[in-house]
Amino acid sequence: MTKLIKSGAYAQDTFVPVADDAALPEGAVLVSLARFQKDREALLARNTPIGVKLQSSENPETLGADINHFSLIALEFPKFRDGRAFSWARMLRTRLGFTGEIRAVGDFLYDQVNYQHRVGFDAWEVPDNFTIEMFNHALTEMTNVYQPSSDGKKTIRELRAGK
Amino acid sequence: MLNTLIKPVAPNMYRYDEFDAQFVTERVNQFAGQVARRLSGELTEDQFKPLRLMNGLYLQLHAYMLRIAVPYGTLSSKQMRKLAHIARTYDKNFGHFTTRTNLQFNWIKLVDVPKILRELADVEMHCIQTSGNCVRNVTADQFAGATDEEIEDPRPLAEIIRQWSSLHPEFVFLARKFKIAVGATEKDRAALQWHDMAVQIVKNAQGRVGYKVMAGGGMGRTPYVAHVMSEFVEREDILAYLEAVLRVYNQDSRRDNIHKQRIKILINTIGPEEMRRRVAREFEELKRMGTLQLPQDELDRITAYFAPPKFETGLPDTIPDAGPDFANWAATNVHKHKAPGYAIATITLKTPGQVPGDATSEQMDVIADLMDQFSVGEVRVTHEQNLVLPHVRKQDLPAIYAKLKELDFAAPNAGLITDIIACPGLDYCDLANARSIPIAQSIAKKFENLDRQHEIGELKIKISGCINACGHHHAGHIGILGVDKKGVEFYQLILGGSGAEDASIGEIMGPGFGEHEIADAVERVVNVYLKTRKPGERFLDTYRRLGMAPFKDAAYEKVAA
Repeated sequence: MTKLIKSGAYAQDTFVPVADDAALPEGAVLVSLARFQKDREALLARNTPIGVKLQSSENPETLGADINHFSLIALEFPKFRDGRAFSWARMLRTRLGFTGEIRAVGDFLYDQVNYQHRVGFDAWEVPDNFTIEMFNHALTEMTNVYQPSSDGKKTIRELRAGK
Repeated sequence: MLNTLIKPVAPNMYRYDEFDAQFVTERVNQFAGQVARRLSGELTEDQFKPLRLMNGLYLQLHAYMLRIAVPYGTLSSKQMRKLAHIARTYDKNFGHFTTRTNLQFNWIKLVDVPKILRELADVEMHCIQTSGNCVRNVTADQFAGATDEEIEDPRPLAEIIRQWSSLHPEFVFLARKFKIAVGATEKDRAALQWHDMAVQIVKNAQGRVGYKVMAGGGMGRTPYVAHVMSEFVEREDILAYLEAVLRVYNQDSRRDNIHKQRIKILINTIGPEEMRRRVAREFEELKRMGTLQLPQDELDRITAYFAPPKFETGLPDTIPDAGPDFANWAATNVHKHKAPGYAIATITLKTPGQVPGDATSEQMDVIADLMDQFSVGEVRVTHEQNLVLPHVRKQDLPAIYAKLKELDFAAPNAGLITDIIACPGLDYCDLANARSIPIAQSIAKKFENLDRQHEIGELKIKISGCINACGHHHAGHIGILGVDKKGVEFYQLILGGSGAEDASIGEIMGPGFGEHEIADAVERVVNVYLKTRKPGERFLDTYRRLGMAPFKDAAYEKVAA
């Protein structure tokens, strides 16, 4: 089983994940990119929140203008060593200006949560034994950072300059 | 023995402020937590592996190996003494200087690692990103700040890159490792074109200083020399440009075949033109955002740490006469310094018979003393696994030489055939197919005669124990690659490589030689050079003129007979 962490607390997942060959249920759904492209018209006509789950090999730019239709973009870590989603999240928050939820799903480690947070993730699908204390600890292990990212956190250079 | 009469000197180099100190301390605590989770079984070895690698901890054949970052190769005497202390306390009394200008210990216990990291933090050192699929320790020209050939000292930029790349949230789980080097001279001592990314400090036609950026060099099983990404990047844009290259790499590199995941493969697959186009797009966007701009006052602030030491004036500007042995050493190991009366002295860790790059605790302590006494407390580690005293008075050279002789580090062979690069090989390394160290030792012994070495002149031999090429065999004038053939070690000869400004990829000669044949084969190859060279030609020049054939014929002559 998994849980969802948002805004530093466990949260109810309002999106129902839908397999590519399953019928669409009522309400908010989370579909693959392939499913979205296949059933685009039907999904948009429903007028309910849509989430899309991208594989690590799927560049969010391929969503094009459709990006505005999504309330949630889930980025998959197929294996924790595959770090492409760090750049995808950064691209979503900067070039593509996406302000909806970016959710980390799949195989990632406690030790990656802080990096994910920095590049723009704001939701995490975690195993049951992943506690809120662990989550908060992950974000506070390193107080300061050397480089700017999507979190807008002041860098050490700015702190040095008293900014 | 530690000489208590010698007063430690603090060289002009980067010093941690409260932010750097806190960063490293918190990083040590973070890693200590990861070690504890591994020891308790919470983390599997598979999960722990990339985490420990990001902190320089390898599991080798016999024990853990810990690789300590020596940013751009610069060490203070205090740091050198700490390394000696760690070798003595936690290892078998020696350390190994690597081709990444780092220092590694080969016999470390996992439980000791957090303690060692705290000891390192005390002297402003760490192991962050000395391994793993992330941006590795940044290297630079070992003559930085001392040579008159440079446009400016490359180390301030290297330090800025070090900080920017430290725990960069986007780039700590790259497809593969990513190595960056910085140089500031036409003559390349940092093997720039062999790096995943390299920055050369240049002047444009208007005389403005900026940066030439290259990317896609790399050794391993598919060697490539780097392509130029931009001939000139403005100073304030450099971090934005480097980030753009890394972002394209992180997004577009293959992830399905570990042997095809370095940036060199990406660039040579899509072509350098397409790579430049993709980088330019990211770069323009980063420039517009403006958050990575490098302000001049920040560059000035970092540069101030590396201010040249106060050179004495009125010193004699000649190398003293101190006997033929000293004169031989001075001829190869002493280089021109920018200040009159001063010199740059190379300490080759390559006395024939020695393990290239190894130093004992006692030797490290004495070198620390030499640093304090004669070189404003500073030493450089080179990618050729040597040490350099960057600022010594010419009049002190005989005293330095005498001390080095006691240490058995006075080999007069910098740049000569016995100044061999060798990876740790099968004696230590989990990945190796063959031993490197005994081959280096046997070749060095064969060419031990100094007159003969001088007769041969500049000749760079580089030995790797497997195709990962940590011993830079592709870039050797003579490269040697150890391979395993049905449980027997064989050694292939590779000729014509270069790691300098005339970078080139060596060519494989043919079937390998047995461990007892390889030194003789090298000798026959060298003899062809001696017989056929034109005046002034180095081995590499003669090879480039004649091609492989005559060398190959000679090399296999005896084997066939």
